[in-house]
Amino acid sequence: MSVLRVRNLSKAFGGVHAVENVSFDVGDGEFLALIGPNGAGKSTCFNMINGQLAPDRGDIQFADRSIVGLKPREIWRLGVGRTFQVAATFGSMTVAENVQMALVSHHGEIFRFARALAARHRERAFELLEQVGMAGSAPRACKELAYGDVKRVELAIALANEPRLLLMDEPTAGMAPRERNDLIALVKRLVVERRISVLFTEHSMDVVFAYADRIIVLARGMLIADGNAEAIRDNMQVQQVYLGAGRTFRPHAQAQS
Amino acid sequence: MLEVEGLKAWYGAAQVLFEPSFHVGHGEVVALMGRNGAGKSTTLKALMALIPQRSGRVRFLDEDISDLKPFQIARRGLGFVPEDRRIFSDLTVAENLDIGRQPVRHLDGRPAPSWTMEKLFTIFPNLRDMPDRRGAHMSGGEQQMLTVARTLMGNPLLVLLDEPSEGVAPVIVEQMANAIVELKKEGLSVLLSEQNIHFAELVCDRAYVLEKGQLQWHGRMADLATDVAVQRRLLSV
Amino acid sequence: MTLEALLFQALNGLAAASSLFFVGAGLSLIFGVTRIINIAHGSFYMLGLYLAATLAIKVGGGFGFWGGILAAGLVVAALGGLVEVLLLRRIYQAPELFQLLATFALLLVINDVVQYVWGPEDLLGPRAPGLRGSVEILGRNFPSYDLFLIAIGPLVLLLLHLMLARTRFGRLIRAATQDREMVGALGVNQAMLFTIVFVLGAFLAGFGGALQVAREPANLGLDLVVISDAFVVVVVGGMGSITGAFLAAVIIAEVKALCIGLGLVHFGAFAVNFSKLTLVAEFLVMAVVLIVRPFGLLGRPQAPVRNPAEIEDPIRPATLPLRAAAAALLLLLLLLPLLSKTSPYVLVLSIDVLIAILFATSLHFIMGPGGMHSFGHAAYFGLGAYGAALMVKFAAAATLLALIVAPLAGLMGALLFGWFAVRLSGVYLAMLTLAFAQIVWSILFQWEEVTGGSNGILGIWPQAPFDSRPAFYFLTLALVLAGVLLLRCFLFAPFGYAMRAGRDSPLRAEAIGIAVKRVQWIGFAIAGAFAGIAGGVFAFAKGTISPDVAWVSRSIDAMVMVLLGGIQTLTGPIVGAAVFTVLQDNVMRQTAFWRGLLGAVILLLVLVFPGGIVGALSKRAAARRKPA
Repeated sequence: MSVLRVRNLSKAFGGVHAVENVSFDVGDGEFLALIGPNGAGKSTCFNMINGQLAPDRGDIQFADRSIVGLKPREIWRLGVGRTFQVAATFGSMTVAENVQMALVSHHGEIFRFARALAARHRERAFELLEQVGMAGSAPRACKELAYGDVKRVELAIALANEPRLLLMDEPTAGMAPRERNDLIALVKRLVVERRISVLFTEHSMDVVFAYADRIIVLARGMLIADGNAEAIRDNMQVQQVYLGAGRTFRPHAQAQS
Repeated sequence: MLEVEGLKAWYGAAQVLFEPSFHVGHGEVVALMGRNGAGKSTTLKALMALIPQRSGRVRFLDEDISDLKPFQIARRGLGFVPEDRRIFSDLTVAENLDIGRQPVRHLDGRPAPSWTMEKLFTIFPNLRDMPDRRGAHMSGGEQQMLTVARTLMGNPLLVLLDEPSEGVAPVIVEQMANAIVELKKEGLSVLLSEQNIHFAELVCDRAYVLEKGQLQWHGRMADLATDVAVQRRLLSV
Repeated sequence: MTLEALLFQALNGLAAASSLFFVGAGLSLIFGVTRIINIAHGSFYMLGLYLAATLAIKVGGGFGFWGGILAAGLVVAALGGLVEVLLLRRIYQAPELFQLLATFALLLVINDVVQYVWGPEDLLGPRAPGLRGSVEILGRNFPSYDLFLIAIGPLVLLLLHLMLARTRFGRLIRAATQDREMVGALGVNQAMLFTIVFVLGAFLAGFGGALQVAREPANLGLDLVVISDAFVVVVVGGMGSITGAFLAAVIIAEVKALCIGLGLVHFGAFAVNFSKLTLVAEFLVMAVVLIVRPFGLLGRPQAPVRNPAEIEDPIRPATLPLRAAAAALLLLLLLLPLLSKTSPYVLVLSIDVLIAILFATSLHFIMGPGGMHSFGHAAYFGLGAYGAALMVKFAAAATLLALIVAPLAGLMGALLFGWFAVRLSGVYLAMLTLAFAQIVWSILFQWEEVTGGSNGILGIWPQAPFDSRPAFYFLTLALVLAGVLLLRCFLFAPFGYAMRAGRDSPLRAEAIGIAVKRVQWIGFAIAGAFAGIAGGVFAFAKGTISPDVAWVSRSIDAMVMVLLGGIQTLTGPIVGAAVFTVLQDNVMRQTAFWRGLLGAVILLLVLVFPGGIVGALSKRAAARRKPA
């Protein structure tokens, strides 16, 4: 059973093929990593799945329904949550309000003009913050948080509409090794507990090899490899275009608990 | 060659640097390590006077540069390579390099390491094939190389490199490490802000570790690489 | 109209396009490098024209005329350099809005200086020595000088293009347009580059104005007319594109020329006077371009500016002391008619202050939490005022009924213009809203049968029971109080948060299902409706209204009030409106050159309080709470 089915996806910018004929599935409850050199088409792929870009060709099916041509917010309503490479939260709001905002949107209450937002969905917001370990910071301004904590708040926001699929664009960018590990461990736990599927891009190979169920590799817009950590690590082509000699990461890191 | 004493910096009302002091010697490659938000990038930007609110004493080649403007500091021979590859994406590779161009310098009466496009292409071979390509049409790895090459066109004596390994493929990180080793061979000094200890270990002689804007550790890179306790405490490894 | 006549008129349009292009190109260049929208650019044009006309008359002859044009451009360029070094250099780090405000203040000052030097009368230059005659084209006489103008536009375009593409200076400009900080860090003297670019931009404007010396008289209204046109040119052409500015200038000038050429046209029973529709036609062109290409014909999305404004604090419900202060203030306001029995002017001024408060609060609603910097909020104020006044004039409506129509008129206008405006953001939105306000103004001004043209509408007095000054004061107080509290309530409700969400991070807002544009559009419309109420009350308070109610300076007044109070606070616009209105009232009674004085005061405030009055106070309070 796959939650997301990508078929023959293609996109060109000014004659340059950014993504060419890419097909893959994300299984139910699967933690799938998408890796590849910068400019390989990962972001383009991502942006087509979340609706920010329209593909030239190909189909994307989420929960057995084509989502090509839908707007990002429509795709979100179907149950696709996402986090950004540079964590995107609402800086002028408190941590709790950030999550409440997502809940209010989830319940279709954006165009309400009377009762204050602060009084809406408080308990649920706290529950979500508790899950990511941020309940203690609920009343603080989001702009005051350390970057790692902002990432956690972003995760709570992404979970507010009870998504079936989470799209995470370089979730650990700009974080220290242990923070990376903690965040991905947290995501993995939520994935297992709530049976969410995750598609994520990442350059931190320690994290990818330790946690991903499966890894797919893009290079120059094409899918060049698909397999588990071991198969990808030993793939000559992947080593050549992406991994290199493996001197700048710990290739055999284990998940820490 | 670079001596820093009691550097302070603020973003608005928030103080982010609390008087770290450090130095970089001739031909040295020094790492400035620390977690995200520890103040690494801020330190480099403060050295370049890119942060309006700052104080402290910065001496470069025995001259006080604390009160100079960014362009004056650059003209003294301090090169800055920013994080997130801030190339001029409307300009071609050749034009980007031209913006960085500055005259050859002298150090102690002898010509200092200097660069031409041709020489840069030997270190960054993939740039050779695309002098007329616009920055916007380059891959992230190529952009990263161009940012470094552009700064080298100014024939700096010391290069401030801000997280060159962040957000790029492992294979590019390796190329970057090789490039830095080449620069060191040419006689350049480098101050490198970095989170990736494996990368720093490949290229650096010494390291300073920042935490919450304060200097917490300094010593030989080789010692930091083996000191798991310090890594855990300050770098969250 | 024959085909020949149409073609002839098209040639006329081309002659006007060159100057428009110069101003637009200068504006675009300056914005690209310094990120400042120089509203005083229209003043530079005006000044160029005055100088050239004066030199041509005083010095006389070919030297006076041709040398005068060049000299006018150079003098304006030098003035631009002075402005950059003395003023702008100090505010590059300030928020974008303060920079806009500063250049607007400069416009006010220059306008009064020009009035002081040249007087209020129009000044017409002589015809061009050597090009006095005309050539026969299409059976008509076409002035030779206009042919010269047609030729010089493309010539300057070519020169600018070569400079940008081929010279190191041009490369530096293009690089700085993308990332000026980085250019500085690479050893380029940024301050010098900024000054040179500003001087070049000012020269283009002054030269463009000077070239018109043989075609149009210099007058004091030119600065705002030209800057509105230049905004349209830049929006249509695409910010940062010199070629785009040229294309747009040609299109806009052509549309104008054709409208004038068409004149009065009969469609069966209807007669449409196209020559009065020039601004509306410009608007239509711009609307079409923006729908098809949101960043203009040759423009690209703007790179985000690298010194973002400080993120504001979360909003909190009013604290107890603030509530107590508000209650005390309300009590004072309720007792005011009793307290001011001996000086009736206090009530008159208080009504002005209250109207200003509602107007400023409605602008703050979209400007602060909404992040939409409207430079044309007076349009909705004006629509409200005229909506109410027309109800009285044509339907003899009761006061309250007219005051219900006022917000509806503001709402309708804001719905229409807002639909376009929210497609843009930042300075584009600011320019577009200003252009819209100019259109509203020109309709009010030109549709004489309905609006009374420049005379406006007279005798709109409140009926019983609001026909006494105190009664009308209470009505005003009630409406303003209700308006301010409602807007505040909206801000704490999900809608207000959704607006802030769209401002803080459009990416994230869309990713959690918020239709950012729709939220902004509704927000814009709400603000328009409340500005409409303020306008309606204004009409009854004054008894007479003229197109001035929608004039740019009223838009800017509101913006000054908001910025004066501090954009990041909810009480800011209230304090700002009160301070500004009282200040303006005092200054206006001191001198005939009150605009210039006002401009000088604004400049001073911008330089001293870059965070607004309330912002400065709360920052000081915060500093006292936790000593460094």
